[in-house]
Amino acid sequence: MTEVLVGTKKGLFVLRGTPGSAFDVAHRAFAGNVVEFAIRDPRSGRYFASVTSGFYGPRLYFTDDVAAEEWQVAKGPAFPEGSETTLERIWVVKPGEADGLLYAGVDPASLFVSTDGGESWEINEALAKEREGGDWQPGLGGLALHSICPWPGDPSRLAIGISAVGVWITEDAGQSWRTGYTGLVPEYMPEEAREGTNTLCVHNMHRAPARPERLFMQFHGNVYRSDDEGGSWIDIHEGLSSKFGFPLALDPADPDSAFVIPLVGAEDRVVPEGKLRVYETRDAGASWTARSDGLPQEAYLTIYRQAFGAGGQGDELELFFGATSGEVFGSGDAGKTWFTAAERIAPVTSVRVA
Amino acid sequence: MAIVLLRAPLKDLAGGNAEVEIEGASLLAVLRELERIHPRTVGWILDDQGQVRRHVNVFVNGEMTREDAPLTPQDRLHVLPSITGGSA
Repeated sequence: MTEVLVGTKKGLFVLRGTPGSAFDVAHRAFAGNVVEFAIRDPRSGRYFASVTSGFYGPRLYFTDDVAAEEWQVAKGPAFPEGSETTLERIWVVKPGEADGLLYAGVDPASLFVSTDGGESWEINEALAKEREGGDWQPGLGGLALHSICPWPGDPSRLAIGISAVGVWITEDAGQSWRTGYTGLVPEYMPEEAREGTNTLCVHNMHRAPARPERLFMQFHGNVYRSDDEGGSWIDIHEGLSSKFGFPLALDPADPDSAFVIPLVGAEDRVVPEGKLRVYETRDAGASWTARSDGLPQEAYLTIYRQAFGAGGQGDELELFFGATSGEVFGSGDAGKTWFTAAERIAPVTSVRVA
Repeated sequence: MAIVLLRAPLKDLAGGNAEVEIEGASLLAVLRELERIHPRTVGWILDDQGQVRRHVNVFVNGEMTREDAPLTPQDRLHVLPSITGGSA
């Protein structure tokens, strides 16, 4: 039995089933509100949901019982009063590499840290100072810290991705930060303005846990790989149907693996040629294989940044993604074949395998 | 004492009270006191910086007002979501 947490524009859907056939809606929570992101911390079993009310703003909820009527509201993330900054959205929650350690990435781009299992949150001051002192430009979706990549076994090392301020790396548990910009090409800017710019629109970034110095990135107009902890980046888009997209997933067992779902481009954010295809590499981006067995091939779907999740690994890797059409697609065989896990739910904002 | 009138979900966060009597010389003071008495309302009406949220409206005796408005005893405050339709 697999459990998948699906955040949508109209609440959280907890899907359960066996890969290969349609999943059941086991629970729905936060009806009427946008669930930006939901995840279960595998260490504690605790569930987190980032929820934005159109009226009453964003907040983070947690529960140890996903069937509970009411979830608890976390103390934060919130900006210190007097900082003249207001929380717009919580993009991501990520378990860290120490007991009770979790991270949250928010808009405007800031990292929040919890050391008590996600019940309370404090802002990372060093990164906040970088934002306050820098000329940070937002992407279309805001100034979003959406990707957080811990280093397996080492809580002092972290890489984060921000739209549109590129990659930031810490090796001292967030006391100081350096950028990882080398090799990133912002083709959306005039050529003469690219040199030295910090307007680098990272769309998604994941670390390969079996080879932690390696990261994969979906950029605004390219796909990249880094083999030096995020310091520099290699273009690996050759063979994809488009360089543009948001979703990205990895097989934790295979550091040469990545899966992306390209979209046409910034002006037309649907899958290219009306064909829904997941592209897989098993050679670190040297080549890509289109996977579409079981996916609709007359489809103009949009898949958001956080709407692609993976569970398990190796031959037992399970992949799930959701579209704004309200469909969720899954694979129980590492992407070789696909099935429709759910349809006609609300537009999907996030998907994570619990 | 001003009377703060709440509807769901704020009413639920205030322990099911649709009306809460609160002392305070200004709108902000009353809303802060509401947060103190009913901590689950923290962050729902006022944002991180103590401003009434963009899509929340507060009416005092039927007139929409903002944080620094002075209050007198017996003023009636309605806290309502704004009418911001159109995005489904």
